[in-house]
Amino acid sequence: MVFNTPSFLIQVAALVVALAAVHKPLGLYLARVFEGTASSRPERLFYRLTGVDAGSEQTWPAYLRSVLVFSAVSILAVFALQRAQGLFPGGPALPGVDPWVAMNTAISFVTNTNWQAYNPESTVGVAVQMLLLAVQNFLSAAVGIVVAVALIRGIARTRTDMLGNFWVDLARTSFRVLLPLATLAALVMVLGGVVQNFAPTDVTNSAAGVSQVIPGGPVASQEAIKVLGTNGGGYFNANSAHPFENPSALVSLFQVFLILLIPSALPYAFGRMVGDQKQGHTVAAVMATLWLASTALTGWAMATAQGTATAAAGGLGEGFESRFGPAPSAIFAASTTLTSTGAANVAHDSLPPLAGGVAMVNMMLGEVAPGGTGSGLYGLLILSIISVFIGGLMVGRTPEYLGKKIGPTQMKLAALYILVTPLLVLTLAGITVLLPDAMANAPATGPHQFSEVLYAFTSGANNNGSAFGGITTSGPYLSSTMDVAMLLGRFLPIVLVLALAGSLARQAKIPASTGTVPTHGALFGTLLLGVTVILTALSYFPALALGPLAEGLLK
Amino acid sequence: MNALTGYLRQSGTAIRFLFLATLVLGLAYPAAVFGIGQLIAPYQVNGSIIRDSAGAPAASALIAQVKNDGGTQDPAWFHARPSAVGWDPASSSASNLGPNDPKLTDAVNANRAAVAGAEGVQPSDVPADAVTASASGLDPGISPAYARLQIPRVAAAHQLAPDVVQALVDKNTSSGLEAFLGQPTVNVTALNLDVAAAGSPRS
Repeated sequence: MVFNTPSFLIQVAALVVALAAVHKPLGLYLARVFEGTASSRPERLFYRLTGVDAGSEQTWPAYLRSVLVFSAVSILAVFALQRAQGLFPGGPALPGVDPWVAMNTAISFVTNTNWQAYNPESTVGVAVQMLLLAVQNFLSAAVGIVVAVALIRGIARTRTDMLGNFWVDLARTSFRVLLPLATLAALVMVLGGVVQNFAPTDVTNSAAGVSQVIPGGPVASQEAIKVLGTNGGGYFNANSAHPFENPSALVSLFQVFLILLIPSALPYAFGRMVGDQKQGHTVAAVMATLWLASTALTGWAMATAQGTATAAAGGLGEGFESRFGPAPSAIFAASTTLTSTGAANVAHDSLPPLAGGVAMVNMMLGEVAPGGTGSGLYGLLILSIISVFIGGLMVGRTPEYLGKKIGPTQMKLAALYILVTPLLVLTLAGITVLLPDAMANAPATGPHQFSEVLYAFTSGANNNGSAFGGITTSGPYLSSTMDVAMLLGRFLPIVLVLALAGSLARQAKIPASTGTVPTHGALFGTLLLGVTVILTALSYFPALALGPLAEGLLK
Repeated sequence: MNALTGYLRQSGTAIRFLFLATLVLGLAYPAAVFGIGQLIAPYQVNGSIIRDSAGAPAASALIAQVKNDGGTQDPAWFHARPSAVGWDPASSSASNLGPNDPKLTDAVNANRAAVAGAEGVQPSDVPADAVTASASGLDPGISPAYARLQIPRVAAAHQLAPDVVQALVDKNTSSGLEAFLGQPTVNVTALNLDVAAAGSPRS
């Protein structure tokens, strides 16, 4: 298979143009959703039934408690109902899911990771897919967005302890943002060939003497929110490479658009909500620059078609779908790892070593270009605060961000945020490589075996969910260490972000003076870009050198 | 104590929220997509099922259809790409072997020898997609180059002129925007049904 450069460039350009066109209206809509106070009639009914006082607001500890309690309840519900799958009516009779796998899946979907230790076709029926997994696709995406919104409010508000109401934010994000967008997206996908039914179809080609059972399922509805919510858990094992999830190169491009849609509109909403649109533009420009650079790098690494087995095959092909080929696969692989999506239309394990390496680096960047729904924005805002601090040190000015002082408290929270994921990834991967029994689950040899393990924990701790699929994580050790990576990788940063939001909201606004480092424009954008890349490179470079870099430089 | 009651109250809210949200997002939403889908795209939502001349469902246009005879495909028909799941639509997977994995090199070399033998061509003439497993294991597409290699074999098996088979290959080759965004592919599943309609295999 040949890398089609003109096709690659035109698709990248088409995505940039399309996202540039919609990010403003969608961003304005998002800002309106979160700044509005009125509830619609169905929402009022929903609040009455759930017992939510929509008029009240929460302090940061209360907001955090709601996030944690809601997520814990969700994990327990998804776990317990998977175990009880055998009792569900309808669908093929599948037994309850293995406890290790059920817990891993519950945590994975609630943390927006969507790592799939289970094999969907043989493990979960329609009821689990639709009532548990697809619902968490909505809610986990919404949780990420509302945490970002709380941080924006923390920056925008002054002299208050109140950050908003988690339940109201969650309901509005789910019903006013995700549900209408997902419905539209699902209908487009249906037109493009994605399946949406509830029963398999028996087919018989009598001339060739073949009978098949063609699977069915509510795929389009799940697929739409899978990409829109940067979730990534496929209805089928092969994910977005499965013809029923992603039937054509055009649908594949549409999926990438949906993956990038909300994360790239959030900066505009941010600019709007803090009353300084230039701030949003700078954040969006940094995201776009990183996305372009990484996508180009993936394309280049793909085009090299490196690898002895690849050379034996006469080029790329292993793990690629023929209707996509290398160019759409490069765009998809970059976008899915630069967000917290983790869906895949190509087998990442079989990619040329440096392309697989770029996918890892994308996640290690903290998934900020444009990142997961909400998590991408709050990740980049944390990096902005660190950049302000470094910029302030360079010129001897007191660091402030949008009129808020960045003191020791704020810096500690931001620094801890940056440390959480590398610490999780490197510690867990480091322990695992010392355990021969655990390493036996990664069947590759040499640096590629290490890459499979490093990729798994990078993906888990960054809540991505894509994999070097050769590794098997359904056993007790790897499933539970992945549980730790996913849980701490999701909720420790959220704790820190909400604490930061609380500490910023309490402050009075300092008027900008000549001593203020501006946090918009090309200079600050470049600094932010540099800080983002350097922090990653410093944390992960040794690990990368042992995995994808070693393999990429071998031959 | 205050904290505990706070957590309990929040748990009640969380349970009710999750339950009601499930009714909307887990039931009403997929049902609506199903209902509207049946109206606007009945062929697609039901799996792009192609029917034979008698009107019975014969295949899905999106899924490879292969009689798996211990890993080898029936020589009378166009062959799909290698599959890590034996072309079984009840599962889907790639091989997930790394680009430098010796196991993959061995598999590729074995596939190349088998294809070259089956088509009576030089091993170097076998294109990459013919020797590599797809990402899903259910890829219905092959490259036009791989289809060309197979035309003489299939034409002979069905007592058809190679031009006739070539025309069927062209008919089932993607073109236009789809071929530009991805790459040109020949849909083997649809092609084999067309071949079956054009001539029965020599027994």
